[in-house]
Amino acid sequence: MEVKVLKDILSANNQIAEQNRRLLASKKIMAVNLMSSPGAGKTTLILRTVEALQGRARIGVIEGDVSSSIDAEKLSQAGVTAIQINTGGGCHLDASMVNSALANLLLDDIDILFIENVGNLICPSGFDLGEHLKVVILSTPEGDDKPHKYPMLFANADALVINKTDLLAHVNFDLDGFKSTFKGVNQRAALFAVSGVSGEGIREWAAWIMEKLASVRSGK
Amino acid sequence: MHEMAVTMSLLDLVLKEATRAGASRVVAVNVVLGEMTGIVDHCVQTNFELMSRNTPAEGAVLSFRNVPKQARCRKCAHVFQPTGICWTCPKCQSAELEIIAGNELYVESIEVE
Ligand SMILES: Nc1nc2c(ncn2[C@@H]2O[C@H](COP(=O)(O)OP(=O)(O)OP(=O)(O)O)[C@@H](O)[C@H]2O)c(=O)[nH]1
Ligand SMILES: [Mg+2]
Ligand SMILES: [Zn+2]
Ligand SMILES: [Zn+2]
Repeated sequence: MEVKVLKDILSANNQIAEQNRRLLASKKIMAVNLMSSPGAGKTTLILRTVEALQGRARIGVIEGDVSSSIDAEKLSQAGVTAIQINTGGGCHLDASMVNSALANLLLDDIDILFIENVGNLICPSGFDLGEHLKVVILSTPEGDDKPHKYPMLFANADALVINKTDLLAHVNFDLDGFKSTFKGVNQRAALFAVSGVSGEGIREWAAWIMEKLASVRSGK
Repeated sequence: MHEMAVTMSLLDLVLKEATRAGASRVVAVNVVLGEMTGIVDHCVQTNFELMSRNTPAEGAVLSFRNVPKQARCRKCAHVFQPTGICWTCPKCQSAELEIIAGNELYVESIEVE
């Protein structure tokens, strides 16, 4: 007997993501899923954003890592509330991992929740965590051909942050060409070029985050 | 790499649907897999064989319908398959596209008895 199913394979994950979304909404928290290759600058961007938003927004962080807690420690040392999820070898975060992390955070003390996904350009894109924004970070040493190699990640991003612009003089990365190829797969995303070292571009990025927070809060 | 997690979810879904249909055995599973998901069907196949052991889905035959990525030009509405490094509309050269197929990852149907 044939049974029609027509269900998304990740529908169980999507349901938990929906729960997360409702919980976050009830606490008026904006969650941002940060995705990139290993070492592109996720933790650094979080640190720079915390500095830029000092006194304007309270930030919490969920750190997804395969096994270590180095990033969470780095953030805690900087005074940021961070909670570590070890995926135990898993290559992406899923909604239920985020769900357990949310249960261990003081949600009333958070305005913006950054979720640092596992460094990987493939898997994280398929797993909805219940976030409001998907942000992809690409660092200039990785090369400017990535949008077509990992189209799903880039096509679904709400913002793209090009990091390590301080290295542009040393690497083979055509910033303008890259921007136009990226626009080819994603029209709607906001684009930022930043350096986590010099701080270039961080102000624009932080302003965008605040704008998004305001619209999440006003229920738009 | 994350074919493991996907296969686990696939197996859960298949077993749930089989139980709901009152079936005792799953004979076949028809999966629709978009190219953009980056998921490799033979990895899912191998994982499924391992994970389904001692479940009603053991021995089920997995079939994959692979869906290539497809884009629609926002300028002239031409539908085409983007290839290579530069995704531009072959008709009008515009780079403003909308991806309309290739994200699929679902179970179309199962064959049970
Ligand atoms: N030159 C330069 N180096 C940077 C920049 N941003 C980060 N780095 C360095 O790049 C390395 C990786 O940065 P992280 O912020 O740890 O990157 P990550 O994406 O969190 O890395 P994983 O969590 O390991 O995937 C560190 O040595 C940073 O100091 C930048 O803008 N310019
Ligand atoms: Mg990190
Ligand atoms: Zn994965
Ligand atoms: Zn066209």
